[in-house]
Amino acid sequence: MHIHQYEKLWLGLSLLLIVGFVATVTYGAVGTPAISMIGDDGDTLNPNAIDDHPEFGDPGVEKVGESEYAAYVVARQFMFQPDPIVVPANTTVTFYVTSADVIHGFSVVGTNANTMVIPGEVAELTVEINDPGEYGIVCHEYCGNGHHGMEGLLKVVPADEYDGGDAE
Amino acid sequence: MSTGSGAATFVDRYPEEASIVRQAFFVAFVAFGLGALFGVIQALHRTDILRFIPSTDYYTVLTAHGVLLVIVFTIFFLVGLFQWAITRSFDRPVEDIRITKAWLALMSVGSVVTGVTILLGFVDEVGISADVLFTFYAPLQAHPLFYAGLAVFLVGTWIAGADWFRSWLAWNAEHPDDRIPLQAFVVLTTMLMWYIATIGVAVAVLFFLLPWSLGLIETVNPLLTRTLFWFFGHPVVYFWLMPAYLLWYTVLPKIAGGRLFSDPLARVVFVLFLLLSTPVGIHHQYLDPGIAESFKFIAMTNTMFLLLPSLLTAFTVVASVEHGARQRGGTGLFGWLRALPWRDPAFTGMMLAGLMFAAGGFSGMINAGMNINYLVHNTLWVPGHFHLTVGTAVALTMMAGTYWLWPQLTNRRLYSRPIGLLQVVVWFGGMALMSNAMHVSGLYGIPRRTAEPQYQGFDFSTAFGSVAELNVQLAIGGTLLFVSALLFLANLAFSWGNPTTSGLGQTLPPALSGPDDSPRVLDNMRLWAAIALVLVALAYALPLGAIVADSGLFGPGGDAYPVTVVLNSVAVTAERLTASVGATLADVGGVLEVIR
Repeated sequence: MHIHQYEKLWLGLSLLLIVGFVATVTYGAVGTPAISMIGDDGDTLNPNAIDDHPEFGDPGVEKVGESEYAAYVVARQFMFQPDPIVVPANTTVTFYVTSADVIHGFSVVGTNANTMVIPGEVAELTVEINDPGEYGIVCHEYCGNGHHGMEGLLKVVPADEYDGGDAE
Repeated sequence: MSTGSGAATFVDRYPEEASIVRQAFFVAFVAFGLGALFGVIQALHRTDILRFIPSTDYYTVLTAHGVLLVIVFTIFFLVGLFQWAITRSFDRPVEDIRITKAWLALMSVGSVVTGVTILLGFVDEVGISADVLFTFYAPLQAHPLFYAGLAVFLVGTWIAGADWFRSWLAWNAEHPDDRIPLQAFVVLTTMLMWYIATIGVAVAVLFFLLPWSLGLIETVNPLLTRTLFWFFGHPVVYFWLMPAYLLWYTVLPKIAGGRLFSDPLARVVFVLFLLLSTPVGIHHQYLDPGIAESFKFIAMTNTMFLLLPSLLTAFTVVASVEHGARQRGGTGLFGWLRALPWRDPAFTGMMLAGLMFAAGGFSGMINAGMNINYLVHNTLWVPGHFHLTVGTAVALTMMAGTYWLWPQLTNRRLYSRPIGLLQVVVWFGGMALMSNAMHVSGLYGIPRRTAEPQYQGFDFSTAFGSVAELNVQLAIGGTLLFVSALLFLANLAFSWGNPTTSGLGQTLPPALSGPDDSPRVLDNMRLWAAIALVLVALAYALPLGAIVADSGLFGPGGDAYPVTVVLNSVAVTAERLTASVGATLADVGGVLEVIR
């Protein structure tokens, strides 16, 4: 069949654009420093049994390595627990986020620390924390008629002011 | 309207079919009017410019806005347009008008049931609601009638597709050596895509959500039903888009004064949509726990290749319009643009829609990039994107197409072409403002789907300007869109008062490069359907299998929200009590706010 030469050129350029996009996204995923994606590493659990869970039963931040911390967060209508989440500056924090009821979102405003929170699933995301400061956390998925009030706070404090992780 | 070619109109030749098309359009436009009203309420509410409903009702408004516009408006317009296209391009009446009436009735009944169930959310006393938004993610639960209405609607669309395939088979028996006319080709490939896409939502609704809402099963797996939704949720956007493409490929070149550039390339484009629309849905779930990164990567790659048919369309449409302009005496590298019929609202509406689709395509490419998506996921950026695509490329093309088609369905001229022209320009301007404000707000992290994106513990920081400025921009844009919608509906309503006229018929010229020199395999619907199914199986078998293996068909447990109030009067009383206590507390809070 007849294809006009300009159309062939356009087709070629379009394919080049597409391959270019795939290449840059791939570089972002596996290059250095890689942007890690939410995957299927987390456990599954019964949202009605969260209170008995060894970690989510009393959510909070724990030290798990030299400068590595684990933050267990429960999202429920219409709050995050703990609130605020307090972590020391210049560390690597892995957030484990799950829901006690419906689907929520967990997004640290102004950063790419962002995940869906699905009941039954544990979202696992590892974040490099830099300077001290306060960041808002929003639930970005509609979760019921009080959704607009669902927010939290991430407090990044200087390492010498950090008192061990009990946020309350 | 422009002077017709003097030919008999569609309604002259096929009065019964024209009546079906008009009825489908009527339902579409009623839904459009209501959806637009709910839209402007949201634009004013979430920006805190004007709030006259409680924020808890915002989500009823949002659910109705989504369902009425992207299910009822778009799909009723689609079935009307497709019925016109099938009858016109095969040049034969429907095989059995009773079947045609039956699917339209089923779709209408389903829409009314689902629509009323949503709107009852405003009346707390009834105890029926479906504030679950367009995506109805479990374990948020709607009243069973919400799901039942959706199911009836879907069955209606399936019968519609079967009706059109039946027309094709009947036509084919009489024309065994002819190529499928292009308009019918669009309809058939689109409906094959629809059959495949709706498997996901049909399984989610019929096997899980409806029985669950009726209390027949105790739990569902939220990740599974969500994944099944997005199995349907991405191809449905192409289902909205295909009527616009049908108009761009087969009507726009004619209005521009020319002919379609290439018929074979058009066929390639529609086959690509059939093949690639479905195995991409996981790109809506880049941030979902429980789905492996590799599956997300596959969806990302497929999505990027799905850009190809739209990029090819951009070429073909612009080339066809340029050809039309040169036929009208246009010259020069860009000077031909001046020769186009810019005073025709049908032409200008479709061109502005196409221009905005290009912008929407670019923001879509960003959404598709799975790592940069982390910055924009579920922010206001996303509705900013799809108000350019479905909200303008699709909706504005449908309105513009109506200006062209309506006289041929009614034998009445359009009430006012200048008002039509003003209407499409106002839509474009309003959307430019609203969508820009939404995109920028999204980059600052402001979430979508919330009644009050104003938080107690922090403020959104902006790189330039302020959130307040963006809110004003968004509200002005939303108001202009509502005005434009009213102008459109009023123009059509007043057209009904025009006297009937003869000779308003329009003919569509064949393509410059016809179908005859393209491979016949392009018309092999069975082959393309089979390949599409294989691609879907490849993209979905493993992720769905992994979800079921990890957390079971019915999930690891959990309750439905809100706690069902349908049959349990104790629960009803308890909930009302809680609600009134909540309302009292809110009043106290309000008083304190005033005092402070």
